[in-house]
Amino acid sequence: MNIGILALQGDYAKHARAVEELGHSALCLKKPITLQKCDKLIIPGGESTAIIRLIEKLELRAALQDFGAELPVMGTCAGLILLSKIPGKLPFSSLGLLDIEIERNAYGRQIDSFIDTVQLELNGQHIEFEGVFIRAPKIKKTGKNVLPLGRHGTDVVMVREKNILACTFHPELADDLRVHDYFISSVK
Amino acid sequence: MLKKDFLLKVGLAEMLKGGVIMDVTNPEQAKIAEDAGAVAVMALERIPADIRADGGVARMSNPKMIKEIQKAVSIPVMAKCRIGHFAEAQVLQTLGVDFIDESEVLTPADEKNHIWKHSFKVPFVCGCRDIGEALRRIGEGAAMIRTKGEAGSGNIVEAVRHMRSVQGSIRHIQTLSDDELMAYAKNIGAPVDLVIYVKENGKLPVPNFSAGGIATPADASLMMQLGAETNFVGSGIFKSEDPAARAKAIVLATTHYDDPDVVARASEGLKEAMPGLEMSAIPEEEQLNKRGW
Repeated sequence: MNIGILALQGDYAKHARAVEELGHSALCLKKPITLQKCDKLIIPGGESTAIIRLIEKLELRAALQDFGAELPVMGTCAGLILLSKIPGKLPFSSLGLLDIEIERNAYGRQIDSFIDTVQLELNGQHIEFEGVFIRAPKIKKTGKNVLPLGRHGTDVVMVREKNILACTFHPELADDLRVHDYFISSVK
Repeated sequence: MLKKDFLLKVGLAEMLKGGVIMDVTNPEQAKIAEDAGAVAVMALERIPADIRADGGVARMSNPKMIKEIQKAVSIPVMAKCRIGHFAEAQVLQTLGVDFIDESEVLTPADEKNHIWKHSFKVPFVCGCRDIGEALRRIGEGAAMIRTKGEAGSGNIVEAVRHMRSVQGSIRHIQTLSDDELMAYAKNIGAPVDLVIYVKENGKLPVPNFSAGGIATPADASLMMQLGAETNFVGSGIFKSEDPAARAKAIVLATTHYDDPDVVARASEGLKEAMPGLEMSAIPEEEQLNKRGW
């Protein structure tokens, strides 16, 4: 499968490595035309304000929204913020593909970043996963069609709404491919 | 030092990749930088070109000014401490700065030792001119390396020299046989386990950014093509005639470093870049890149 990875800014190379380790091709994309070759798309971690400006400047918004209207998209951290309907203060509106409300940098600054076990529910299986939270956002509200798939304490940290999957932590920084594998094999 | 703590530090550096980090001296400049698409700002009292012009001892910025900048923007805020000045670093950590730059741009506090960065929770970035210096800093706990260039010069030549040196050495290390690694590590003054890492992975163990002399979109593209993973731009933006437009152009050129059409479009219509200095105009003892050991 061809997995597109939005490569405007952020840790897209880490996602590319995870995709390739699972035996698929990673297409790092900066232009709308590359999306035509992609079966699925990943929006990586990074700085959400910087990425949304580049999406706007490079006229990628419509192409990304069209893609996400039909095909599977995964967003991690900044990627989740960009997919959400209500992202908090951003210079341009987000892509609005996922019915959630976000609080950015909800845990604090870098000194408050942490790694802790999160509880995930993938294909009916309960698993523990090492959640890497870096200046992470929190999901404040979820729409009625949004399925919570991951929890850290009482916080929902991973959600799915049909073809859209997103988490507030960074599976691409953990030495564990199960979230990527779930996205590639099960999110349709 | 737990492996997890280091992963978190390097993790933030990973998030900044492919972006531009801009030097700012007040909340207004910080807003301009954020609005232009900077991935982080470096809060400092005087930009390097002014430190160079003013002379005197350059120190950590006033905490009040750092707090004002933290309030003004949502992107990460970095700040500089003097080489070896761990008390300044402790203050910056308490302030909640997201990254500390132990920087040769400020007047060094210790002419033998750098800070033992493993004992901090906040990540550090340090400058280097060559692979030995890079691996010594990583050995001390730096989570990000930037090739130094010559800060405040507006001249890209030192940045190129240092990036080529590091990238060339990475390629060279990959050609060494195992029994040559210890002697090589000894000669460059670097921990052997990090030399082994470079041989096995063909890259530094932490992200490598570029700094010191970037003044134009083409400069930004050049450094990315030479192997930088992100660009620091200091005096180049706020010493130019059109900071906001130049900041945006450099962000665009960094994202599309491999597309000359985009770099050309980004460069069009910009006003004058900062004037810049010939390296021969900077006496050897005033060259900031020579600081660090």
